[in-house]
Amino acid sequence: MGKIRQRLYVIGALIVVSIIALVPRNVKMRVRDPVTGAMKDTTVRRVPINLGLDLQGGIHLALEVDQTKGPVPDCADAIQRAERVVRTRIDEFGTSEPVVQIQGRCRLIVELAGEKDPARAKSIVQRTAFLEFRITDMKGVFKDALPQIDAVLRKAGVKSRGAAAPSAVAQLFGGDTTKAARDSAAEANTPGVLSALLFQGQLAGEYLVPEEQWPLVDSLINRPDVKAVIPRGIELRWGAQSESRGARAYRALYAVEARPIITGEELVKAAARRDPVTNQSVVTFQLSHRGARKFADETARHIGDYMAIILDGRAQGQPPVIRSQIGANGQIELGNKPLQEASDLALVLRAGALPAPLSIVEERTIGPSLGADSIKDGVRAGVVGVALVILIMIGYYRMAGALAVAALILYCLFTLAGLAMFGFTLTLPGLAGFALSIGIAVDANVLIFERIREELVHGKSLRLAVDDGFLHAMNAIVDSNVSTALTALILYAVGTGPVQGFAITLIIGIAASMISAIFVVKTLFLVWLYRRPDMVTLSI
Amino acid sequence: MIRLFANANYDFIKWRRVAFSVTGAIMLVGLVFLLTRGLNYSIEFTGGTLMQVETHKRVAPADIRAALDRVGLNGAEIQTFGSDTSYVIRARLAHSAGETEATSTQAVAAAVGRALDQSVGAGQYTVVRTEAVGPKVGQELQGKALMAILLSFVVTLIYLAVRFEWRFGLAAVVATAHDIIATIAFISVMHLEVSLIVVGAVLTVVGYSLNDTIIIFDRVRENLRKYRRQNLYEILNLSINETLPRSVLTHGTTIATTLSLLILAGEVIRPFAWVMSFGIFTGTFSSIYIAAPVLLWIEKRWPGEDARGARAFGSRPATPSVSSAPATSPSSPSPRAPQPAR
Repeated sequence: MGKIRQRLYVIGALIVVSIIALVPRNVKMRVRDPVTGAMKDTTVRRVPINLGLDLQGGIHLALEVDQTKGPVPDCADAIQRAERVVRTRIDEFGTSEPVVQIQGRCRLIVELAGEKDPARAKSIVQRTAFLEFRITDMKGVFKDALPQIDAVLRKAGVKSRGAAAPSAVAQLFGGDTTKAARDSAAEANTPGVLSALLFQGQLAGEYLVPEEQWPLVDSLINRPDVKAVIPRGIELRWGAQSESRGARAYRALYAVEARPIITGEELVKAAARRDPVTNQSVVTFQLSHRGARKFADETARHIGDYMAIILDGRAQGQPPVIRSQIGANGQIELGNKPLQEASDLALVLRAGALPAPLSIVEERTIGPSLGADSIKDGVRAGVVGVALVILIMIGYYRMAGALAVAALILYCLFTLAGLAMFGFTLTLPGLAGFALSIGIAVDANVLIFERIREELVHGKSLRLAVDDGFLHAMNAIVDSNVSTALTALILYAVGTGPVQGFAITLIIGIAASMISAIFVVKTLFLVWLYRRPDMVTLSI
Repeated sequence: MIRLFANANYDFIKWRRVAFSVTGAIMLVGLVFLLTRGLNYSIEFTGGTLMQVETHKRVAPADIRAALDRVGLNGAEIQTFGSDTSYVIRARLAHSAGETEATSTQAVAAAVGRALDQSVGAGQYTVVRTEAVGPKVGQELQGKALMAILLSFVVTLIYLAVRFEWRFGLAAVVATAHDIIATIAFISVMHLEVSLIVVGAVLTVVGYSLNDTIIIFDRVRENLRKYRRQNLYEILNLSINETLPRSVLTHGTTIATTLSLLILAGEVIRPFAWVMSFGIFTGTFSSIYIAAPVLLWIEKRWPGEDARGARAFGSRPATPSVSSAPATSPSSPSPRAPQPAR
């Protein structure tokens, strides 16, 4: 009994782990705000299985460096630059989890689930990157204008977060007088709509906005009435990524001069390295003749100022300080930051310097309705297939068949949990592979049951027949499953997208069927025999 | 309990020549189709544009056809897809150099849009799926598909050589090759579209058929050890008969799932399901009638150490002798122990 209990514990643990893997959880998703049109983060509760584009609809683009207008010498570098650029534009896509990845050496894959407009997606991906260096707002012009902006917002009726709730109540219940009274009270106590949301950063012109507030701030600063009072010659640019300062995540907002001191056109090359003397991460860059002259003039005037590096309207990293006049060759010191960060910045500079024109070599658009139909059809076929398998198994093997069916349910659970746990994507062919593998999954049980029958015919006792049946069937089961798994592995290695989805489900299915058909069914048999020691004939 | 083919004792191998002729004839038909009509490659392989359109009301395909001709897409194919209001339009890339892939595939998509506006009416249809593949990607995929099939051959051969011996491996690979050729013939006769998914189905058929062959070979291996005095012909027959109930059951459940995929899983999966359903038949057939006879033939040609293959033919006893358990038989005497050879 002890052995049976151990086995039951193992099965129990497997079931618990699988269920945990499949429990709907809060997933952070980026969705398009219907009002402002900006992307914002929301949390959605859903089962953590990724659906492929063919099931949820969306756009798949494969891009290569356009070589028609002249050969590009190093396409691998060009595609890395392009990837970096497309990543900075991720917010512009109207989708929750865009996939941007390099396939092979010279191909970029962009997958936009749920996106419906291929023309828009293509234009975002293919747009040429624009790099510029701008001096940050050293004199604090923007800071000085903040009270005025707050006043404009207040006049327009925008309430700051803290004051919004009571004012709404006041509007509901009170007349104009109370409202005015409340407003003036709010005015006295709260520092202002926009300025309450901004925290002064470490350097001049840098402001930090709590990550969850940045869509709100973004909508505020893009209001036409606010834009009108932002001082001339100053523009606001968001940082490309959120950064954590202490426990909270912030998004940097930079007030920068409207006029760039130099653009990517003047940049010739950029590379990252580690300074052997100081052991600092450094990005070195080189400018063209014309650019060098201009840059020398500008940097001479701005020594001690901060220079924001802006790619496609997003500030990349923290603006470095200008230490001295810089000519054709400059370097950006990143201190003790990892070399990876320097490489990334160098990539940004190169991306702006040498925009890689991309041509689309493959495009797939699947409408959301088609995806929903596919899921419906696939699930229906799967359910009917499983029902038939259950009928055959129970009809033919009776009680033993029922045990196999119980194991089959666990098989489905394990397979789905495997998909969820390893983050694999379920595609339509994957769904077909899943249905198919259910048919194959019972093969191991069929082999075992037939063996047990043979052993029984040979006159063995029940217990011995069951043990020998499992033992003797093992060779055939292992050999046949390994060979199928090998084919599936080849499919995965050589195939792309949908075929890989199919191969993955098949591989996980084989692993799960090994566990359920051999281990689980054996345990169920042991329990069955233990509970019915007086049993003379096996219902098999 | 229900027992199908419990004590089957059919002489499967006797019918090998008939089986060879039948499968040869089927393949010949397939070959004729293959040579005259070729394979219907999807745009994934040829490069080109595919658009699936759902129209709000029924439209005669001829109207769309005419509109496509007017916008200059003479080579485009149009096909209903599951229902009257669902169409698939395929325009394969003409092999005209000069045009860049991006412009040509996108121009086709735009032209199809114009044609549909004319024939169906703007706003009267929705494009539910678009695929545009450049020629370079198509060529790569052709290479990859071929490589996948060859690789699976090599890996299979190595695995079987390790687990069994090379004679078994070779016989299994011959059977697998038969399955691939038969499946391609089937695809050609049915005029199914060869997409990546279909290539995946062919490879799955390979895995499935191999699976089946291995189950029988595993029994052969075991029986060779068990009945030392039997010749291979008898051992093969015995093994096939012994595994027959399993074959019937497993093929039954698999057929059940592929048929439900074929009937219920929708148009996109249908070619895959066709290939799988056919593959189960050919896989079963080849395990019995290709793999086993070929093993017999290989043993005859290159006998193994105990040279039982050499005694394979003509050694079936004319009159059954009194059944006796073989000397080396394990503890449980089998009621189906074959007749010892003389």
